Amino acid sequence: MARNLNMRIWRGNATDGGLENVVVEANEGEVVLDVIHRVQATQMGDLAVRWNCKAGKCGSCSMEINGRPRLACMTQISSFAEEETITVTPLRAFPVIKDLVTDVSFNYRKAMEVPAYAHPTNLAPGEARMEQVDVERSQEFRKCIECFLCQDTCHVIRDHEENKKSFAGPRFFIRIAELDMHPLDTLRNRKQTAQTEHGLGMCNITKCCSEVCPEHIRITDNAIIPMKERVVDVKYDPLAWLGSKIFKREGIV
Amino acid sequence: MTSIERHEYDVIVIGAGGAGLRAAVEAREANLRVAIICKSLFGKAHTVMAEGGAAASMGNVNEKDNWQVHFRDTMRGGKFLNHYRMAELHAKESPDRIWELETWGALFDRTKEGKISQRNFGGHEYPRLAHVGDRTGLELIRTMQQKIVALQQEDGKKFGSMEANIKVFAELTVTEILKEQGQIAGVYGYWRESGAEVLFEAPTVIIATGGVGKTFKITSNSWEGTGDGHALALKAGANLVDMEFLQFHPTGMVWPPSVRGILVTESVRGEGGVLTNDKYADNEAEADRWYLDQDNNRRPPELLPRDEVARAINSEVKAGRGTEHGGVFLDVSKRLSAEVIKKRLPSMWHQFFELAGVDITKEAMEVGPTCHYVMGGVEVEPDTAAAVGVPGLFAAGEVAGGMHGSNRLGGNSLSDLLVFGRRAGIGASEYAKKANRIPVRESSIKAASERIEAPFSRVGGENSYSLHAELQEITHNLVGIVRTGAELKEAIERIAEIRKRSANVSVSGGRHFNPGFHLAFDLDNMLLVAESTAKSAILREESRGGHTRDDFPGMNSKWRQINHISSFDGSKVNVRAQALPAIPKELYDLFDVHELEKYLTADEIAKGGSK
Amino acid sequence: MSGVFSANRAKISERTLRTDRWWLQPAFIVLVLSSFIVYATFRAFENDNYFSGANSLISPFYSPCLSKACVEGASMVGTPIGILHIFGATVSPSLFILLFPLGFRLTCYYYRKGYYRSFWMSPPACAVAEPHKTYTGETRAPLILQNSHRYFFFAGLVLNVFLTIDAVLAFRRPDSSGQMHWGHVSVGSLVLLANATFLWLYSLSCHTCRHTIGGRLRNFSKHPVRYRAWTYVSILNHKHQNFAWISLFGVAFADFYVRLVSSGSISNFFFF
Repeated sequence: MARNLNMRIWRGNATDGGLENVVVEANEGEVVLDVIHRVQATQMGDLAVRWNCKAGKCGSCSMEINGRPRLACMTQISSFAEEETITVTPLRAFPVIKDLVTDVSFNYRKAMEVPAYAHPTNLAPGEARMEQVDVERSQEFRKCIECFLCQDTCHVIRDHEENKKSFAGPRFFIRIAELDMHPLDTLRNRKQTAQTEHGLGMCNITKCCSEVCPEHIRITDNAIIPMKERVVDVKYDPLAWLGSKIFKREGIV
Repeated sequence: MTSIERHEYDVIVIGAGGAGLRAAVEAREANLRVAIICKSLFGKAHTVMAEGGAAASMGNVNEKDNWQVHFRDTMRGGKFLNHYRMAELHAKESPDRIWELETWGALFDRTKEGKISQRNFGGHEYPRLAHVGDRTGLELIRTMQQKIVALQQEDGKKFGSMEANIKVFAELTVTEILKEQGQIAGVYGYWRESGAEVLFEAPTVIIATGGVGKTFKITSNSWEGTGDGHALALKAGANLVDMEFLQFHPTGMVWPPSVRGILVTESVRGEGGVLTNDKYADNEAEADRWYLDQDNNRRPPELLPRDEVARAINSEVKAGRGTEHGGVFLDVSKRLSAEVIKKRLPSMWHQFFELAGVDITKEAMEVGPTCHYVMGGVEVEPDTAAAVGVPGLFAAGEVAGGMHGSNRLGGNSLSDLLVFGRRAGIGASEYAKKANRIPVRESSIKAASERIEAPFSRVGGENSYSLHAELQEITHNLVGIVRTGAELKEAIERIAEIRKRSANVSVSGGRHFNPGFHLAFDLDNMLLVAESTAKSAILREESRGGHTRDDFPGMNSKWRQINHISSFDGSKVNVRAQALPAIPKELYDLFDVHELEKYLTADEIAKGGSK
Repeated sequence: MSGVFSANRAKISERTLRTDRWWLQPAFIVLVLSSFIVYATFRAFENDNYFSGANSLISPFYSPCLSKACVEGASMVGTPIGILHIFGATVSPSLFILLFPLGFRLTCYYYRKGYYRSFWMSPPACAVAEPHKTYTGETRAPLILQNSHRYFFFAGLVLNVFLTIDAVLAFRRPDSSGQMHWGHVSVGSLVLLANATFLWLYSLSCHTCRHTIGGRLRNFSKHPVRYRAWTYVSILNHKHQNFAWISLFGVAFADFYVRLVSSGSISNFFFF
């Protein structure tokens, strides 16, 4: 059953722009991305929007829908009330390029700052042995589709542009946690650099990243807080530090 | 003309999917300067959609597995139309490619002994697919993306700039591959963001652009699958091989639009889905009994091979017994309880519920054929992935043809990307090191630039969106999963007509991130692909793998000896027959002769493979 | 202009375009936590009505009672702390121990989320612009002290032991001669038992507990017992927020109940 849907779509570029009203047909079972495509094909041929898989697996169609960071391909029209106007804007933590498309290069720069996985040099390809229980924690973080919604919602950079240089953001905290929990990674200073280089201490664990994650990765509980605790082990807790020196305990390096 | 952005590299990789990234890694490891160009953001390539796994005969789960078994499975799957050498290299090298990923940080699911776990998949004799849940493609992309970052970090330490030797140009469309004096000189394109034009000069270009799904109305492919690489290669003078072979999945969602094209895995049918509406069980009661007692009942039709299910659905829909959106209903809720469905098919249930509000435990799914993968592609030298006929051009991954023959086995595409991505990287590097660099002439640049500007200079012309929709309608109905000579003839005529009209596409708005403008170029590529597919399909008078002719239903050994080669003369695609290379004796002997009788002619059997 | 109003971001004048009542949750947390703080402060300083010998009940705010100022019978492990006076007033015995649960909750990863959002509005809700000009998170004093959470966690465990003993002791009833007899159940004993249970659940579901018990390990497979324990704690950890609230209400209610009983406002009902 088709119906007319009232939408407000942000149109503009880096210097100017605003919300424009459109009325567009919506069918049962459609998602916001479907109606945006219909607007594009019928009313605004040059409306800029990023998308790829349209199945919640690539993380391209990130935008803000009624003020909330969402994937447009995963937001059903039926989740809004019949008379509700749906407001669609670009991500508000990043520079806008045009319409619903933002410049997310910040995230790629941050990706380049996290030291890569370091495989043991004595293990040739095919010799690695890892148990399932030892890889599961890191596997959760590798589910990340890099939609950057967590980066967008994080107030540390959303509300403070100046923090961008010193803060990697939730997406890269899970990357650091993934590597620090990787059973074979040989780089041993990830805990320290998480705090000193990547700004883990800036996070005040208000959990908005976990709330918006379309993959339901428990970013705060399973990555950020465990990393904060690991940082305490090596930087702030004299007993843990002493313990690691005396017993050479595993896990605290 | 204002001055344009210019870059100079040793190797240019078009496409940042699995094959492109693997090729880039190899070229950079050969100490060459590499540019990776992709239409989307880095890491968004269609490879992420691959769920099942990557086939490699590591023998972790069953020790009897080895490359010979994998080779046999691949040849059988492709109905012996595969280039034997590609299938051989693929089977031999894929285990190394998987293990290598692990040293770059990939975390595959594990066996009890701590090795990489392998799962069963259709057509593979032993459990063979290395996997990570149902997101193996994502793992591959992410691992290689991170490997590239690792290489960039090395360069950063050595040269002070992370992008000294390998740089990703994301959201950039290549409109042309440039040649000078008959060899590769570079590529031309534009930034999608600004519309600004860019020239890359390089002696080698690796095409790794993936598939052509967007040529069809219902497809599992993303917007990127517009056959760019196929068309770029054709225009650069390369050949496409066997473009008639496309893998259609018989059960893709057709409605609602939010999930259109998404595959309903075969396991849904395996788990007891009923395809409402033959020579197998002819009533549901009998089909139901088969699950409990398989000896005394005929199996339900939905467990027929993929191609036969497709044909059955197609004939129902064409006879007017389909749903209003051109599909049929697939219902799991009838036979299984909600609990069992959620337990056995968790991701399916979740996907449809989350994406479309469809609860498959309560209601039927509306399914129909969806275009999934193209077996045909650029004709290459198997060992180097060099495109035949164009010095300096290479192709790997879905865009390259030959490897999969007439039908691809599930799991073979991810390993294909890795094996031939690496080989293309090596091939291109060896070529680049010896190549004479020929600068691109200003006149070539000017011509390329004019072609980009053209849609803006026309006013009131055709709309690229509606032309694309018309093309998709034609291909879906006439060049789709089941074909006839008459329909293909009609398709060829109508595609030619759209091609004519497409010369008159005009674009509204500016160059700044303008999807209408982007589609104008994609459309041109899809038209060439569709033409090539239709013209190859009309010639092949048999049914084999991904090519099903209603007027020629059987497989014919005579046709197995023939590849269809498409080439472009500047105005139209021409297709000619070319003899398939004969299988050498040592590979021939891997098969039981009785099996070969199914595929090979009596003459071929008498010869027993070439020496 | 900074944040979402920075020059290069999409020009949108609203601080947020959220259409739901996003302010409801922070407002509610402010209300509830403020009420608790007011009540707890009052009770900590009241220095009265925290012990009922006849009912074997002691308020969790005052246990263990370590000061010589404690009423008779309230101290379980002696009174190492003398009577202190500040400006003529006796320092309440509650103040010597309340520091620890207060510190535990103040540095708790869940409460941090709660009060950073609601009291400090940093941010007030997701995708709602915060009012602060600058932000440095937990990188400098005093917030860097949040990293002491584990010490408060261990102190909290010690207190849990005391409060559990209190709950057990509450299953006694004196006869007319003052002799204590075991095996009696009163409303008060159930209240203290529930309180102790909630406090244990809150402590065991804590992120530091999860880290200590196994989270810090790199290879679970080499430590099967700790791995098993970690999986259980992880299950509890999912509900840490719930336990944080339940135990907060629980402790306030237990204190309130003891106050009512010891002040004689109600009598503690014994089932048997």
